[in-house]
Amino acid sequence: MSASSEVEVGRIVGAPIDRKEDQKLLQGQAQWVDNMHVPGTVYLGIVRSPYAHARIASVNVAPALAHAEVVGAWSGADLEDEWAGSLPCAWLPTEDTNAPTHRPVSVDKARHAGDAVAVVAALTRGAAEDAVELVEVEYDPLPAVVDPEAALADGAPLVHDEFGTNECYTWKLEAGDVEQLFADADVTVTERYRQNRLIPNAIEPRSVFVTPIPAAGEYTMWSTTQVPHIARVTLSGVMGIPESKLRVIAPDVGGGFGSKLNVYAEEALALAIARRLGRPVKWTETRSEGYLTTIHGREQIQEIELAASSDGTITAVRVKLTVPMGAYLQLVSPGIPLLGAWIYGGAYDVKGYSFECVGVFTNTTPTDAYRGAGRPEATYAIERAVDALARKVGKDPVDVRRLNFIREFPNTIASGLTIDSGDYDASLQMALEQSGYESVRQEQAERRAAGDPKRLGIGLATYVEMCGLAPSNVLGAIRYGAGGWDAATIRCLPTGTVQVLTGTSPHGQGHETSWSQIVADRLGYDVDEIEVLHGDTAVVPLGMDTYGSRSLAVGGVALYHAAERIVEKATRIAAHMLEADAGQVEHVRGTFHGPEGSVTLKEIALAAWTAHNLPAGVEPGLEATYVYDPPNFSWPGGAHVAVVEVDTETGEVEIVRYVAVDDVGTVINPTIVDGQVQGGLAQGIAQALYEEAVYDDDGNLLTSNMLTYLVPSAAELPRFELHRTETPSPTNPLGVKGVGETGAIASPAAVMNAVVDALAADGVADIDMPATPERVWRALEEVQS
Amino acid sequence: MTSVSLTVNDVPYELELEPRELLVYVLRDRLGLTGTVVGCDTSSCGSCTVLLDGESVKSCTLLGVQADRHAVTTIEGMAEDGVMHELQESFHTHHALQCGYCTSGMVLAAASLLEENPSPSEDEIRHALEGNICRCTGYQNIVDAIAAVAR
Repeated sequence: MSASSEVEVGRIVGAPIDRKEDQKLLQGQAQWVDNMHVPGTVYLGIVRSPYAHARIASVNVAPALAHAEVVGAWSGADLEDEWAGSLPCAWLPTEDTNAPTHRPVSVDKARHAGDAVAVVAALTRGAAEDAVELVEVEYDPLPAVVDPEAALADGAPLVHDEFGTNECYTWKLEAGDVEQLFADADVTVTERYRQNRLIPNAIEPRSVFVTPIPAAGEYTMWSTTQVPHIARVTLSGVMGIPESKLRVIAPDVGGGFGSKLNVYAEEALALAIARRLGRPVKWTETRSEGYLTTIHGREQIQEIELAASSDGTITAVRVKLTVPMGAYLQLVSPGIPLLGAWIYGGAYDVKGYSFECVGVFTNTTPTDAYRGAGRPEATYAIERAVDALARKVGKDPVDVRRLNFIREFPNTIASGLTIDSGDYDASLQMALEQSGYESVRQEQAERRAAGDPKRLGIGLATYVEMCGLAPSNVLGAIRYGAGGWDAATIRCLPTGTVQVLTGTSPHGQGHETSWSQIVADRLGYDVDEIEVLHGDTAVVPLGMDTYGSRSLAVGGVALYHAAERIVEKATRIAAHMLEADAGQVEHVRGTFHGPEGSVTLKEIALAAWTAHNLPAGVEPGLEATYVYDPPNFSWPGGAHVAVVEVDTETGEVEIVRYVAVDDVGTVINPTIVDGQVQGGLAQGIAQALYEEAVYDDDGNLLTSNMLTYLVPSAAELPRFELHRTETPSPTNPLGVKGVGETGAIASPAAVMNAVVDALAADGVADIDMPATPERVWRALEEVQS
Repeated sequence: MTSVSLTVNDVPYELELEPRELLVYVLRDRLGLTGTVVGCDTSSCGSCTVLLDGESVKSCTLLGVQADRHAVTTIEGMAEDGVMHELQESFHTHHALQCGYCTSGMVLAAASLLEENPSPSEDEIRHALEGNICRCTGYQNIVDAIAAVAR
């Protein structure tokens, strides 16, 4: 099955091994940041603007300081000399991108509801909450701008006065003679979609805990972060703390989905107050506070046009996005829509490609990475538009997809990147068979003919996505601030166990298990003999962390290569021990066979440790590090089919079947992979049917807590039917591709295509996400009146 | 301060509590039972679910003083003699947890469900878990883990 993959799939790699991480999590023994406590800890409380846009006229912290349990209180101005730099944005897409200075506590203006204006430190959590109420802030409210298109209009209130505009940047990508292809087209499709703004809702709220050693100028920061290494580098710059004196630890972290792929004001604040007071500092958000201050995801206005011939062959795609950044640029805010910029052509062979994105400041919480980050949006637009094209040319959406699939690999697509592998026909075929597509179409027609008020709809999403960020030179070319490599170290200990250091930073993905499987497969240890360490910059200094479905495709591959280095060195020692030439020694899964006898890797590890009798020139110890820079992105693909029932009387949408066929290359642990897909599907279906962060015109977040923002429960979500095709990636020796985001990328399109398909015969062509009963009902009312 | 006597995981405690202290913070901050966690501030997510006299409650909706003369079971009290409860074991074998943050609450909500209804249907399991939010798993493996323990 896996011609290009160099691992033996099925024995350890490919086995559904139960997770090593589970025991402590199941018994309440996880090390969450908020569990941490040392004597002398003070708790931060943050005074936040109730206004979306207001000048800060005055801040009086004196009443808070009078509180018996308060040890300090500061306005933004009081803290100005703490900052050596702005909070980081690591991706400014153009040379002239407007990048505002972003202070952890604002000095001049509040630019979104929840913007910090003062901070208090108190001896208890409760006292900090009380003291926040005591700080007196006078605001001069200003008109707010919430809608990104309105923000670009003349005379709109300016979020950052210094730029004289709310435009953050305009980024373009053009390939092929798009104008001509549109002029020559038999058919064109012009669609406009709205991506709903989402709140990531990692179930563990954000928290940070800093312990300083004042005399040494050293700080240890425990943070609920996906990116301890990136946090260390960037916070060193924000704080003026030498990188060598800042240790960042991501202990057990309760989900992230991109929301913890960031460097937040409160991390800098905790460091600053720890430095001021010389004592430990802790801050934990409340959920409602997080809704205002932890990044939001999605929200785009998408205009997409297709040029096609009368049979449905797509020749060109033209896209324009208008995307709110929110009030500030967080770590990668401007880059998020660009992560979709290359794949608005989907899995289809198009000649012309034009993409433009305008980033816009608005008086809202900043947007940034949320599971899929740019690719669910791209997939949604092209997949909805392909369905619109199918309706226009009078063909089944399956046929239009088949007509346009990319079939030659590697394939340099119109936008300029090269897809290394894929088989979109195979995934689609499996999805059609598993969903019983033909019989569902038949039932749909029968119901329609019978006048059943419950319409059936079938929606497809045949997707390809780019993840596994990424070749460092490509990231440099698109002005991303960091590299795309990752690092792994394998240390064979003298007592017969293995220590693995990985630069990835898991927070639910099960790296301890999957990484153990990779090492066990190559080096012949039991999975339980391998310990995987991560998420502590003092233990694993080298790493690029976990986001963008990169951990396995980059960090896992680094581990594979480190194992090869172990084998190389072990072979030299084995040859010495066996009194043979290295060329005569054959390694088979941890045992090194010479012409006369054999020696195990465990024996070699002990020999390397005692170092009593090593070959000349060989260093003691058996340890290897490999830093892997991927030569290409990772290109998962697949086909999802959603079958929905839409009640035309109530507007309610029910998912009857959800069939997902994903191709993520070689699978290391099928149980974990299925879990990743299921979680992604849940979040994508939530985008399609349930979730939306809503602001009023004054910039008040109306969905300000978990009561008003519908995170679906088990009662809302369907059972998922998962299948796989397997096209190993030729880009890496494991044959693996990213898997963390596929479910969230494909499912909004599949579900919404199904909803529109159900109502197309009634004349409904579009419904905004989330397709709530009210929206569906109104859409029907509109076409019927 | 109010005097409170309560039993947590079969251990009796006599505590002096501020009336405003929520049970979840009594468990976490005073007793060091950090397996019970806080996920929201609107009693929506169920991460802090514990058993009060055998029935599931969200420990953020209860004041510590309201637990006076009651018996609380937290996740730390589910294993016996180092052997995980069958629900914990089933969550493990069904990959019913990823980040693990909601897991304590899920396990205790499931225990309460099975106490009330030892043979729930899938639909009954899904509805019984309505008050417990998991953001990682999509719930399917949680539902399967509970169904496997149901009789």
